[in-house]
Amino acid sequence: MAYNEKVLDHYENPRNVGSLDKGDLQVGTGMVGAPACGDVMKLQIRVNDAGIIDDAKFKTFGCGSAIAASSLVTEWVKGKTIDEALTIKNKDIAEELALPPVKIHCSVLAEDAIKSAVADYRSKQKGA
Amino acid sequence: MIYLDHNASSPPRPEVIAAMLATLQRIEGNPSSVHGPGRAARHTLDDARRAVAKWMQIHDNRILFTSGGTEANHLALFGLAEACHFSGRIITSAIEHPSVLKPLEKLQQRGMHVTQLPVDGQGRIDPEALHSALTPDTRLVSIMAANNETGVLQPLAEIGAICRAHPVPWHCDATQWVGKLPLAVDALGVDLLTLSAHKMGGPKGCGALVVTPALSLAPQLLGGGQERGRRSGTENLSGIAGFGALAARLSATMDLESQTMTALQQRLEEGILKTLPDAVILGAGAARLPNTTALTLRRIDGETLVMTLDLAGFAISSGAACSSGKNTPSHVPLAMGLDPETSRSMVRISLGWDTTETAVDAFISAFKRSVDRLRN
Amino acid sequence: MIKPIYMDYQATTPVDPRVLKAMLPWFTERFGNPASRSHAYGWEADEAVATARKQVASIIRADPREIVFTSGATESDNLAIWGVAQFYRDKGNHIITPTTEHKAVLDTCRHLEAEGFEVTYLPVATNGLINLAELEAAITPKTILVSVMAVNNEVGVIQPLEAIGQLCRRHKIFFHCDAAQGIGKIPIDVNTMHIDLLSISAHKIYGPKGVGALYVRRQPRVRLKAFMHGGGHERGMRSGTLPTPLLVGLGEACRLSESEMEAENSRLLTLRERLRSGIMNALTHVSLNGDPVVRIAGNLNISFSYVEGESLMMAIKDVAVSSGSACTSASLEPSYVLRAMGVHEEMAHTSIRFGLGRFTTAEEIEHVIRIVVGAVNKLRAMSPLWEMVQEGIDPTTVQWAAH
Repeated sequence: MAYNEKVLDHYENPRNVGSLDKGDLQVGTGMVGAPACGDVMKLQIRVNDAGIIDDAKFKTFGCGSAIAASSLVTEWVKGKTIDEALTIKNKDIAEELALPPVKIHCSVLAEDAIKSAVADYRSKQKGA
Repeated sequence: MIYLDHNASSPPRPEVIAAMLATLQRIEGNPSSVHGPGRAARHTLDDARRAVAKWMQIHDNRILFTSGGTEANHLALFGLAEACHFSGRIITSAIEHPSVLKPLEKLQQRGMHVTQLPVDGQGRIDPEALHSALTPDTRLVSIMAANNETGVLQPLAEIGAICRAHPVPWHCDATQWVGKLPLAVDALGVDLLTLSAHKMGGPKGCGALVVTPALSLAPQLLGGGQERGRRSGTENLSGIAGFGALAARLSATMDLESQTMTALQQRLEEGILKTLPDAVILGAGAARLPNTTALTLRRIDGETLVMTLDLAGFAISSGAACSSGKNTPSHVPLAMGLDPETSRSMVRISLGWDTTETAVDAFISAFKRSVDRLRN
Repeated sequence: MIKPIYMDYQATTPVDPRVLKAMLPWFTERFGNPASRSHAYGWEADEAVATARKQVASIIRADPREIVFTSGATESDNLAIWGVAQFYRDKGNHIITPTTEHKAVLDTCRHLEAEGFEVTYLPVATNGLINLAELEAAITPKTILVSVMAVNNEVGVIQPLEAIGQLCRRHKIFFHCDAAQGIGKIPIDVNTMHIDLLSISAHKIYGPKGVGALYVRRQPRVRLKAFMHGGGHERGMRSGTLPTPLLVGLGEACRLSESEMEAENSRLLTLRERLRSGIMNALTHVSLNGDPVVRIAGNLNISFSYVEGESLMMAIKDVAVSSGSACTSASLEPSYVLRAMGVHEEMAHTSIRFGLGRFTTAEEIEHVIRIVVGAVNKLRAMSPLWEMVQEGIDPTTVQWAAH
């Protein structure tokens, strides 16, 4: 499969690979996908006192497009409030990376990862 | 040796050979593989498909590559019949190539009805007869563009109009037409068109079926799902590349080539009729391909004449390549109303892209000498 | 751009320059139609076809009259299975084939099921081999055909052909063998192995694409219903003009493969074992798919846990290999062959097939080891599953939401 240049760029120079302390109350962790489906995405966001996402990290098991989609959303969510982050839709990701139809699920997964990380953060805040 | 048997097989043109060699030497991947060498193979395939489509002036998703004309005919007939659950009627003509007639026999054994339209003395079907043969259960009309033995052209515009009006899909075996006369697929209104590369200076082992996208066609070769699921099997990549090169060439030179061939054919036929006034050209009163001349001669056995000419350094044939060698006369002159003895005297001279005036002149005198010798 | 290292010899092989050289004259001055009986162009083409037929017959110890030329192994498989099934359908309607066969065999069988045939899809063991007792147990009085491939295209394992052949002969059942991956890799003798029909492809043995052959036994005779009808070529079993240059290429490819097989196999085995140990010694959580011993020298199929196959392919893009996760560019299904061998779906996604062949060098092997080990380490550093493993969590015990 011929990959789009943006996919290749994110794949070869992934932004924000790594992990944040998942025990930290200010960190929300989202883990979506399943190994059997060929992709698992872990997205972590850290929300500062002003309610702004000031850091994001990912680790992804998946194809080049899945890695690129994760890398892209870490860039996009940084500097946004969590409500703003939730407005990122799979369509935006798919368009930005020019994903072919067969790879659209990667962008869906990335959107789910944001939702899941935000949900985790919110539940931690409630519990605190 | 002078080769005048292009309807059997035509030597590949230089640009075709170059394209085939480049593919055989340079492409190491399988078009179905996703890696670099696979993608390079895929590009070769796509480029060739685009070239053939451009030449036919159609979208490239309508070109389906096969191993040749026989497979393309098989896929058209069995593919459509299977999609119709082997019921209904197929209308064809009495002078089709065996790769159409034989599958139709098999389909008849499976319960389909087959109507074989007769041809007139010139080798043409009567459009009126086609019109009256159409029944509500007719699933397909299969009538060739140009006959391989006589070169006689069928009334294609009329056939297309009748089929469209009914409506019923039309399969046209254009194996001999293509590359000899310009062909506008869409203007004809044909739904399935058989092409073969090696009858016009392309490679052997490569052909195509042009398919109307909406037409339901059951795949016949099953497996890896190549050709968008319609024809499985790793593609004959070098052959397809050669076919693409041929198409690119013909897109540019078709008109000029057919004019040149028409002039050569006139020269040939005038020369023969002048030296052998009793020779009868089959379909002389009909429109014919500019490269094919079939003729009969009194007191001559076609097969013997062909052998004599071979010894004299000229390659022609006494009928279709696949059926020659048999003692029975060809079904084509018989269907045109010729008696078996006259039919057996038939020989076919078919010119090609590399035929010269000198070759034609040399042939005319050798032909006369051979006929005279056999008669004495 | 650096030319990638080609390590996908089971997908296709580059044409051997010697094969191409043999083909050349048949493109140019010797262009006749072998069916033209009336002139020298036809005769010399016919002779070339006869020579090719002998060369193909020789590599499987058959008689040239038992060789039918086709457009490739897919057509051979279709013709063999469909043709026998149709011809003998009054005798029985049952076919047995393993689940790990090539799609050309499986899809033809599925199609026959729709026409009233019954097909038993035989399971394979975790090493990819069929169990003879299971095969025998599957035989019924209605069984007419057993179709088992010589060598699997994905994992390279060699099925016990001779034992299968004996079993089939004892039960008077025809034995078809798809040998597309076996020709030139293992010795094949249709007589000692009691093979009745055998499919051959040229492009898997350094010949051109678009040509192949089907062996059809004469003694005792196997009959087929013809598939493509027309001019009556190939004794009525397969009509269509014979493409002389392609057939000459197939013949020469068989001749070279036959004479060089032994030397090539020992060379490839050394290279393959170096590749295997080079990768498996440098990485943990790596497993070999398919029997470690009963496999062809040119195949190595490895699963790399916790990295995904397609991203690994991207990371090693200068090496042309194939992944168990995407055998066709449009499909994201994990390999059905690995799944049939009991390989977990997630491991099937992480498998890579390294196909070694005639032009593979020792330098290439060293280079590939370096690239692969580096890529796996990089992707694992990026993998949430690998992270779990480092933390002592087994990802297979985690409840994953199906996506």
